[in-house]
Amino acid sequence: MSNAILRLEGIRKSYGEEEVLKGIDLSIGRHEFLTLLGPSGCGKTTLLRIIGGFVAPSEGIVWYDGTNINKLPPYKRQLNTVFQKYALFPHMNVFGNVAFGLQIKKLPKATIAEKVKKILQLVGLSGFEDRDIESLSGGQQQRIAIARALVNEPQVLLLDEPLGALDLQLRKDMQLELKKIQTALGITFIYVTHDQEEALTMSDKVVVMNKGEIQQMGTPVDIYNEPKNRFVADFIGESNIIDGRMPADRRVVFLGKELECLDGGFAPDEAVDVVIRPEDIRVSTTEGIFPGVVTSVVFKGVHYEMMVQSDGFDWMVHSTLMEPVGTQVYLTLGPDDIHIMKKVAAHE
Amino acid sequence: MKPKRNIAGKVYLFLIFLFLYAPIIILIIYSFNESKFRTWSGFSFKWYIELFSDTKIMAALYNTILVAVVASLLSTVMGTLAAIGIHGMKKWPKRLIMDVTYLPVLNPDIVTGVSLMLLFVFLSIPTGRLTLILAHMSFCIPYVILSVLPKLKQMNPNIYHAALDLGATPMRAMWKVVLPEIMPGVITGLLMSFTLSIDDFIVSFFTTGPGVENLSILIYNAARKGVNPSINALSALMFVVIMCLLLIINKRTKTNVDIMF
Repeated sequence: MSNAILRLEGIRKSYGEEEVLKGIDLSIGRHEFLTLLGPSGCGKTTLLRIIGGFVAPSEGIVWYDGTNINKLPPYKRQLNTVFQKYALFPHMNVFGNVAFGLQIKKLPKATIAEKVKKILQLVGLSGFEDRDIESLSGGQQQRIAIARALVNEPQVLLLDEPLGALDLQLRKDMQLELKKIQTALGITFIYVTHDQEEALTMSDKVVVMNKGEIQQMGTPVDIYNEPKNRFVADFIGESNIIDGRMPADRRVVFLGKELECLDGGFAPDEAVDVVIRPEDIRVSTTEGIFPGVVTSVVFKGVHYEMMVQSDGFDWMVHSTLMEPVGTQVYLTLGPDDIHIMKKVAAHE
Repeated sequence: MKPKRNIAGKVYLFLIFLFLYAPIIILIIYSFNESKFRTWSGFSFKWYIELFSDTKIMAALYNTILVAVVASLLSTVMGTLAAIGIHGMKKWPKRLIMDVTYLPVLNPDIVTGVSLMLLFVFLSIPTGRLTLILAHMSFCIPYVILSVLPKLKQMNPNIYHAALDLGATPMRAMWKVVLPEIMPGVITGLLMSFTLSIDDFIVSFFTTGPGVENLSILIYNAARKGVNPSINALSALMFVVIMCLLLIINKRTKTNVDIMF
């Protein structure tokens, strides 16, 4: 409790018949960079809007620093938001936008000017006070949106896909910069995105959501290396997902081979999903477990992405060495490359 | 071939405009006629001078402007608030209210006029300037709503949320962030209301009271009694004023595109 600044308890939200959040329990620590990650329509933005106070939950409680803030309107909450597509005030200049919150609080003019100057410096736009919003590039507008929220010195900053409208290179730069700002100011970031790479790059904790439910919560490394189910494995990075069964602990059978693995605790012969990351597969032309033929090769910069057909299954393999299409190859896996997951009925 | 067809097209266009504007052109020409009668006896400003020294006409001008200013300002405030409310509605109630809003726009003036007159009689509100203002508001408000709504639709809804997020109360957010955003639509609505109010005859005719004449009623009454060339001058002036207002509104709506219908 002491370390959590925000706690969500049994949050549900329905619009008519449709239930978009199905009981979310989540605790968000001070100074934490937490990402809500999921495909569009998974409820992540609704959850953020509930925290911001723009949407009332149908059920459940939002705790802020130990107080129930369900009834608190957004303008009284001690949090600030960076909205999708910036939502800057077009009829005000940069100063007007950034100073807005401070002016509402009726701070002395000199203090406001000082704070605005400092925060513009932080986001790398010193001297932009008098510029019109329309004259700024997308990236600059994004920085102003961040400055406008941060200047109020919130303890928690909510970010709703803030980098969605930027091009790839700018997005990568901004990811690093956001992380830097978050570390420097030591405030809690709650970040909504559908971009798994973004989530893995910046977060202390990733919350993977689908269909209004939390699928998995953990550090980026945990989520990537130990996905809890087929959905997470599929959504985070690329995976080969194969039907299998477990005759005993630490033994798994799939594609007609019985292999050693590290998982256990399943019923004898229980049907499971076997998840194998494409970069964990070793390719050899001489020997291995699964013989196959290379059917396609795509150059991806750092590695080659090859499809290898073996006994009716198409393996996706990432390798720094290229084998031309049509080559006979053998695929090899170690016990720690095989991730066993419980079958979940509800997912398509 | 092509230039020939072009010329034919231009002639046709010219004839149409001539047909449309001939009465007004003749009116304007006659307003400068020295003689009181139909024969041309020389150029003169005397009817214009007479116009401005006629106390009855000046009283009607005062009524017209007073009613137009009050009715258009009140309509703009109410119409803008209504538009904000309608914008925030759910789909079905919104559609219903929009249909109700369009109705007075499409309703024949004579029906609006007679029904308002009946209403005022029924409520025993003494007819006069007050009823004129109320009547004019009834047909101005829909136009304000219709010119403000597109601006609200164009606005990024998150900017209102952003203002709340930064600590502004809903009232303050409306005033400081939403209103400046929709201001072009509000001004267009105001100008349109003002123009419609100055322009109106039929509704005014049925809803005004004894002794309260606006310009259009005055012209109507004077024209029935016989020729009075200062009425020509007055009509010519009204035409010029209305045309200028319409040009301004057109220019504004062109730059803001999709206004109305």
